[in-house]
Amino acid sequence: MTPQEEEEYKRRRKARNLVVGLVLLGFVVLFYTITIVKIGAQ
Amino acid sequence: MTAITAPNASEVDQTAIAVSPVAASIASAPSQGMPADWRDFFALTKPKVMRLVVFTGLCGLLAAPGSIHPVIGFTAILCIALAAGGAGALNMWWEADIDAKMKRTAQRPLPRGMMRREDARDFGLLLAGAAVMVMGLAVHWLAAAVLAFSVFFYVVIYTMWLKPRTPQNIVIGGAAGAFPPLIGWISVTGEITLMPVLLFAIIFMWTPPHFWALALWVKPDYAAANIPMMPNAAGEVSTRRQSLFYSALLLPLSVTPWLIGGTGAIYGISALVLSIIFFALTIPVGMRRAVEGDAMKPEKKLFAFSILYLFVLFGALVLDRVLANTGWLA
Repeated sequence: MTPQEEEEYKRRRKARNLVVGLVLLGFVVLFYTITIVKIGAQ
Repeated sequence: MTAITAPNASEVDQTAIAVSPVAASIASAPSQGMPADWRDFFALTKPKVMRLVVFTGLCGLLAAPGSIHPVIGFTAILCIALAAGGAGALNMWWEADIDAKMKRTAQRPLPRGMMRREDARDFGLLLAGAAVMVMGLAVHWLAAAVLAFSVFFYVVIYTMWLKPRTPQNIVIGGAAGAFPPLIGWISVTGEITLMPVLLFAIIFMWTPPHFWALALWVKPDYAAANIPMMPNAAGEVSTRRQSLFYSALLLPLSVTPWLIGGTGAIYGISALVLSIIFFALTIPVGMRRAVEGDAMKPEKKLFAFSILYLFVLFGALVLDRVLANTGWLA
């Protein structure tokens, strides 16, 4: 792997980790909210 | 739908996701362990198709009688979108070889070598599976079952089975794109009644003239990929006549929700006017024959209007319901 490719590798991995993290965080918030709504409806 | 995504031709303008020169230079590098860019995963979900899927699903949800908690409603639409995205990714996984042969699809992530084929498959399965589970647990199990069936219909029945075998692929496969309003409706009511079935039927009838308008002008692409689309298999004249036939059926069908009392006059008159224009635009497409070097203007016009048609028709459906609920039409 050339230094350029290695840099690109790191950039992609970092960006993917960030996106996955944000998606997971979004789901945590969504599931929490759904739980509150479901409990409130009972 | 979604997928639900449907053999929806609105993906026609899907272009490559911009990549840096470095990324482009190593585009064929997944085998060397280069991870795919997140934008490539996003492109797998066919975002442009998803817009129409989300819109019709949301309209089905908003037009349904009854109420749904906004959070649960949001979850339902999110699940429809995720399932549509998953179905789109599975479609691209299966058709990677075909996509590489067509100008319209050659810029997709798999033909460009931006990721491993099995990664697209796993991503699609994860999205669709998660969407169905969340829909069942948070919204309604009947909606989840229809959602799961729509993905199965699009990926297995349409993509794997019908598309490479029969020129009727779009007609039958069009059902896949007709699911979102049905699922949105069921999310609220928990049951399948005549009204959501009519909405399903409207999209079903709309799909052939919408898609064939595109297929007529990208005919060489499909021929190169050996896909038996109607213009290639049955010929241009037959395709044009059939477009006219479906467009004529769409006219009375689109106003049926009004005629049976399922909607008010706002929807009814909008549907009537839109469907008359749609039919009028199909007439020149249905009656003419393309010549050498034809610009295919009537086909392009029909295709562009067909997308607008669906947006305005479903928008009118929601407006009709909202105004009725708030007492404006009383």
